[in-house]
Amino acid sequence: MTDQTTDTTARPYKTADSAKKTRSRMLGLTSRDLLLFVIVAALTMLAPFILNPFPTNSGLAQFNGGYPDLMQRFVIFGIFAIGFNILFGLTGYLSFGHAAFLGVGSYAAIWMMKLLTLNVIPAIIMGVVFAGLFALVVGFVSLRRSGIYFSILTLAFAQMSYALAYSVLTPITGGETGLQLKSTDTPLLSNLSATEIGRANLFGIDMRASYEMSVGNWLFTFNAGYYIAAAFMLLSFYIAIRLFRSPFGMMLRAVKSNQQRMNYTGLNSRPYTLAAFVISGMYAGLAGGLMVAMDTQVGPERMFWTASGEVVLMTILGGAGTLIGPVLGAGMIKYMENIVSKINDSILHQWFAFMPDGIEDALVFVIHPFIGKGWHLTLGLLFMLVVIFLPGGLVEGGQRIAAVFRRKETKATSVESDAAKQQQHPE
Amino acid sequence: MDAFILQILNGLDKGSAYALIALGLTLIFGTLGVVNFAHGALFMIGAFCAVTLQKILTLGFVPADSASAATVGGFSFGSAKETTYVEYWFGEAVGSAIVDWSVPLAILFAIPVMMLIGIIMERGLIKHFYKRPHADQILVTFGLAIVLQEVVKYFFGANPIPTPAPEAFTGSLDFGVLMGFDPYTIVYPYWRLVYFVFAMGIIAAVFGFLQFTTFGMVVRAGMADRETVGLLGIDIDKRFTIMFAIAACVAGLAGVMYAPINSPNYHMGMDFLVLSFVVVVVGGMGSLPGAVLAGFLLGILESFASMAEVIDVIPGINQIIIYLVAIVILLTRPRGLMGRKGVMED
Repeated sequence: MTDQTTDTTARPYKTADSAKKTRSRMLGLTSRDLLLFVIVAALTMLAPFILNPFPTNSGLAQFNGGYPDLMQRFVIFGIFAIGFNILFGLTGYLSFGHAAFLGVGSYAAIWMMKLLTLNVIPAIIMGVVFAGLFALVVGFVSLRRSGIYFSILTLAFAQMSYALAYSVLTPITGGETGLQLKSTDTPLLSNLSATEIGRANLFGIDMRASYEMSVGNWLFTFNAGYYIAAAFMLLSFYIAIRLFRSPFGMMLRAVKSNQQRMNYTGLNSRPYTLAAFVISGMYAGLAGGLMVAMDTQVGPERMFWTASGEVVLMTILGGAGTLIGPVLGAGMIKYMENIVSKINDSILHQWFAFMPDGIEDALVFVIHPFIGKGWHLTLGLLFMLVVIFLPGGLVEGGQRIAAVFRRKETKATSVESDAAKQQQHPE
Repeated sequence: MDAFILQILNGLDKGSAYALIALGLTLIFGTLGVVNFAHGALFMIGAFCAVTLQKILTLGFVPADSASAATVGGFSFGSAKETTYVEYWFGEAVGSAIVDWSVPLAILFAIPVMMLIGIIMERGLIKHFYKRPHADQILVTFGLAIVLQEVVKYFFGANPIPTPAPEAFTGSLDFGVLMGFDPYTIVYPYWRLVYFVFAMGIIAAVFGFLQFTTFGMVVRAGMADRETVGLLGIDIDKRFTIMFAIAACVAGLAGVMYAPINSPNYHMGMDFLVLSFVVVVVGGMGSLPGAVLAGFLLGILESFASMAEVIDVIPGINQIIIYLVAIVILLTRPRGLMGRKGVMED
């Protein structure tokens, strides 16, 4: 806490002192934030390399996460989690119904593609707009209460949307089967031949177009859809940084640390929380729109409360209230979902083949429940461990490790420290 | 009129389950101040206690003499001749009766199991979360719920396991005749009736225990003012732990008896949990009578909303009625139906 107060008092002083320096900040970010942003940008742009560290013919190739489908999920769920974090991480309002906005965004986007154009930009914009409007309505009602009541209200809204999308709204939502692009769809602005099924594109670039580069035994895939989604993710991340560092972000943190005190000072916190809720819903809508842009389909299960739970898991796992945490959490969960779930017993036997048979079998027996279909168990355990021992998530874990190496130097070296500090000592 | 009564009856069994789970949730919340998202998982574990006992009782073996007779050329046709151990030990009539009554017997099996699970959970995990914010409690118990349901899935598989009620309760009671309507207008399965009576019994037992025993009095005092009770030299923590175990037991027993109504699967707990939380909030956080009342009320409302006449007027209402009611109640009566002042209000 002390760290934060010095930080806030120091900032205006600094800016007054060297106004020139402030103006010379790139993109309006401090050098630390800029560094973080550049690192994230570099990681996302080079992801096809970084996620494919193993040669395709090696036994470890299954750990390669660098295929388009998974990489798209990383960034899309990253956006979803960044948005959720703006609400939960800053204001402390725990929404258990965020998947509803993702779903609404998805439905809006696919209708745009069905009716207007196969270009993804209008679809994504519509996704964001509709999710934002829906969030405005839900937030207006839900934010009248706080704490667990807020969680239940958002959950109730999301479950209602799910149930309606599943049953009554079938003409709009396609019910259980959901919506896909079909050969009968004739978007106004795209001239498709009669039986052709439209494919999502960005001004003619097919979302599924990939360029494959093989270097020796390595195969790297550069997918158009991924890079478009990644560009959106970086934009979202940038906006999130600006939000976190803005007076508005400070206001939201004030809501989290002590709303009552804030009200006593004569401030009405409702507009701030509502704005945060809507922004967060728009992020979810963006993620939903991008999902549709990638796979051109949507179903009601996207709005089920387990999907809302998943984004909570991602944010907490990575580190709520930190900038990079949600992205890390999203990446980790999606990686586990796709990679850990593929490991099976025979692979384990291969790994432990160097051990005596008895120990090998025992190890495989012990690990067996945690892999393959049991990856949820690993996830649940990991999540519990994080909540119990690392309330600041993976980011806090990283900081602790870094602190061991740097001892006394830790103070204010990390970009995330102030946010994480706040996590550690909630008032 | 007959349709009206039928819907009320239909709502009772689901309402009973909601009421029992919500009662346990409220007990935990009222005593320990912990929001337990793993409570649905306890309900599910209860149901799987019934499954486990049924599996244990139907464990069979092939008696040595018939096995040798049935083996022809290395092929064993033993399965046809297999007898369960209970039939072997207690004789055929008693043995098959025991197998038949496995679900009610599972109550005896579930009580110690759920108590143990409750105590382990409270001492091992929940204890460390008293002082942490509610959000942390929700999250850690949510994680625990995932773990518990995955463990059950690992041992029992992902498919629902049919767990029949005793033969004697398989039929239906024709309520219509009893009440002077035409036959077959109000037909109600016996087991659901049993479930309702059982739920009422448990609810009465919990309230009686809290109201009429010294232990219950101390617990109620602790709920009102934990610190003062502690200052009086009473080990309130230990009693609250026991209350947690009792709450786990209530959820478990609700699950045991629910097994014949809906074949247990590993995610049944989560399905019920979401609704039970809505029930608790509607009833009023921390109010035991409120939880029971809201449980039955929402159960019955849900069954009314699924009447064809109602769906014709407002399509889809059966899917959303509970949430709709929750939203309306939370906005108009912020403390729920019977909530006390100052509970969970920041």
